[in-house]
Amino acid sequence: MQRIGVFVCHCGTNIAATVDVKKVVELVRFEPGVVFADDYMYMCSEAGQEKIIAAIKEHDLTGLVICSCSPRMHEKTFRACAEKAGLNPYMVEVANIREQCSWIHKDREEATEKAVILARAAIAKVNLNTPLQEGESPVTKRALIIGGGIAGIQTALDIADAGYEVDIVEREPSIGGRMSQFDKTFPTLDCASCILTPKMVEVNQHPNITLYTYSEVEGVSGYVGNFDVKIRKKARSVDMSACTGCGECQAKCPLGKMGKIPSEFDRGLRTRPAIYMPFAQAVPAVPVIDRENCTYFKTGKCGVCAKICPSKAVNYEQEDEIVTVKYGAIVVATGFDIINLDKFGEYAYNESPDVITSIELERLMNASGPTGGHLERMSDHKQPKDIVFIQCVGSRCDDEKGKPYCSKVCCMYTAKHAMLIKDHWPDTNITVFYIDVRTPGKNFDEFYRRAVEQYHVNYVKGQVGKVIPQPDGSLLVQGVDLLDNKQIMKKTDMVVLAAAVEPNKGVRKIATMLTASIDNNDFLTEAHAKLRPVESPTAGIFLSGMAQGPKDIPETVSQAGAAAVKVVGLLAKDKLKTNPCTAKCDPMFCNGCSTCANVCPYGAITYEDQQVRGPGVNETRRVAVVNNALCQGCGACTSACPSGAMDLQGFSNRQITTEVDSICR
Amino acid sequence: MTKQEIEKKVELIKEISGCDPYKCMKCGKCSGSCPAFNEMDVKPHQFASYIVNGDIESLVSSKSLWKCLTCLACIERCPRSVQPGKLIDAARQLVERERGGDYLHAEDIPELLDDDVPQQLLVSAYRRYRR
Repeated sequence: MQRIGVFVCHCGTNIAATVDVKKVVELVRFEPGVVFADDYMYMCSEAGQEKIIAAIKEHDLTGLVICSCSPRMHEKTFRACAEKAGLNPYMVEVANIREQCSWIHKDREEATEKAVILARAAIAKVNLNTPLQEGESPVTKRALIIGGGIAGIQTALDIADAGYEVDIVEREPSIGGRMSQFDKTFPTLDCASCILTPKMVEVNQHPNITLYTYSEVEGVSGYVGNFDVKIRKKARSVDMSACTGCGECQAKCPLGKMGKIPSEFDRGLRTRPAIYMPFAQAVPAVPVIDRENCTYFKTGKCGVCAKICPSKAVNYEQEDEIVTVKYGAIVVATGFDIINLDKFGEYAYNESPDVITSIELERLMNASGPTGGHLERMSDHKQPKDIVFIQCVGSRCDDEKGKPYCSKVCCMYTAKHAMLIKDHWPDTNITVFYIDVRTPGKNFDEFYRRAVEQYHVNYVKGQVGKVIPQPDGSLLVQGVDLLDNKQIMKKTDMVVLAAAVEPNKGVRKIATMLTASIDNNDFLTEAHAKLRPVESPTAGIFLSGMAQGPKDIPETVSQAGAAAVKVVGLLAKDKLKTNPCTAKCDPMFCNGCSTCANVCPYGAITYEDQQVRGPGVNETRRVAVVNNALCQGCGACTSACPSGAMDLQGFSNRQITTEVDSICR
Repeated sequence: MTKQEIEKKVELIKEISGCDPYKCMKCGKCSGSCPAFNEMDVKPHQFASYIVNGDIESLVSSKSLWKCLTCLACIERCPRSVQPGKLIDAARQLVERERGGDYLHAEDIPELLDDDVPQQLLVSAYRRYRR
């Protein structure tokens, strides 16, 4: 028989305001196995823990039930506390009487009754608890970063500088991500390339960093400290070691002059050849052949690039290569894109080439962009004299057309665009239609005010209802000035839409492979919104950049550093403690049917022939064996097992039915 | 109108329109779309706040009630599913539904006649509920 101590926490007034804590103590005192019960204002505090330790020693306790907040919050605390007093940490159970009781009930009597029932279930379970020993697993001292934008680059650099090996997997032919498309960055207006390119080069040259560009993660298995990741290196059709990046092939590709393939990097504002580097400063400076468009791959004729390549680097025979690498930690830095604007027909984005998105404007203003940095209308190549910016296109939407969140970066980049245009062409008339101007951040509001006060950008509180392309090539904008309570009908030359951001398309697939959770908007979820913002709830998975939520470059870089520290903290350990609550097979009942192995998401179950001896049985047969290092204790096998041979340690079938019984008593 | 009457009407408008005026973020896309904007006294982006603030009386007596063309532009474009066009339509229905009950019948007038009631009021009552 166990000797159980029950400790009921007030949690200030969090629990005590709705649950009669004293009454709970009095009622649980008579439960089977309970030899001691007490309450305290804050059980997790130093004093509270000392109370627990003293009681364990004084009453010779063999099991503890803590009635407090969710075990997600303080189970670790109380287990460590029990261990200090010489008790096996797995003899502690937490009854959640805060999140699942006091916070959700209003009636004191009902809440108290429920708290007693929850405590009773935990007591019944502890009566069947057995001491469990944590195992150990080694840590592979190498990290994987998925995504080579500024978030991935900064995370990789910080981890590599700390002395650990890092691999970056990037889907595109070059690292650099979204930031490499930008012209200038707010609030200091540094040129994006000037601050990004050195980092890209550093990544490329860092002895601890390996780049897998034009590559994708295909599969992930394993667990924290020991991930096995399959990476597909798509065939570049160019030998990386031979290519000197001279660019001859790009210049001579016949498709380049035909102007049929839109450049992804320039958002379709110009075309590219079939063999290409996305941009001049690409890292690595090695082109790829876009096999879908290349004449050689389509018809077998052409081969110009191979013929003219001075270093004979073009190789049409190259095949996709799959490598499997071991990692201790994985960082998701898959970034963002802007939403598709097809559903916003009122803004005429698909009708007029002079209605553009902000990223397209970045390309139009970039010195290395399609117009060499000269702002012009895509329809007639004339410089616009009047420009209208429309904010919140698809952000803060309640319907399925857009996104419910604020994209966070648009207010600032619009102010930036307006000022840069005014700087170059001061006689340009600029109007910004806004709902709210949101500029929290260091030197952010000052930046926006400068656009108004110094550059005389016309900010209009109100939204545009419709953009109507006119026969003379101009655009008629119908909007409202809410402060003036007047409708505005205004002719303009160019309309720039601040389209909402969204996580990059591939993130859902990657999150599934990693079993990392994502929210309704496909942003990766953090383990705790406030206290663990760069970790996924899945151990060993970390988050960096826009993949976790809208953020600007300064914030992304800070978060990248934070994620790197967490990764380094993990890789610095030689061994990790493993969860002892793993599945266990009783060979006596196992008939080797393979049901458990089929449902196991971690590949932790194998079969072997074992000598099974018992009453009336003595034979060699095929039974299931669980690899404790791989098992995550999800319990899928225990519910699938038809013969009841599979059981989860710490959550055995008996323990759970006893809990249910005691609740229904 | 008493507080209860106002609350009842607010609920009725919500029920008829199927829209929640509290969702409005005052972006003004409705007013930026409305072809009848210049004819209206209460502008489309104000409909929601009139309802939220319980000023149903001003809303139902506004010119806007009858100036709305029901073109559905604001309904189509509202990013918050407040759909001012549906709100004003609900307000219009409220008036229409009450018409029968409120109608002033000529034969009832002698009974209502009171020396303290100005003649003008009676005339305006006729006008107001005239078809």
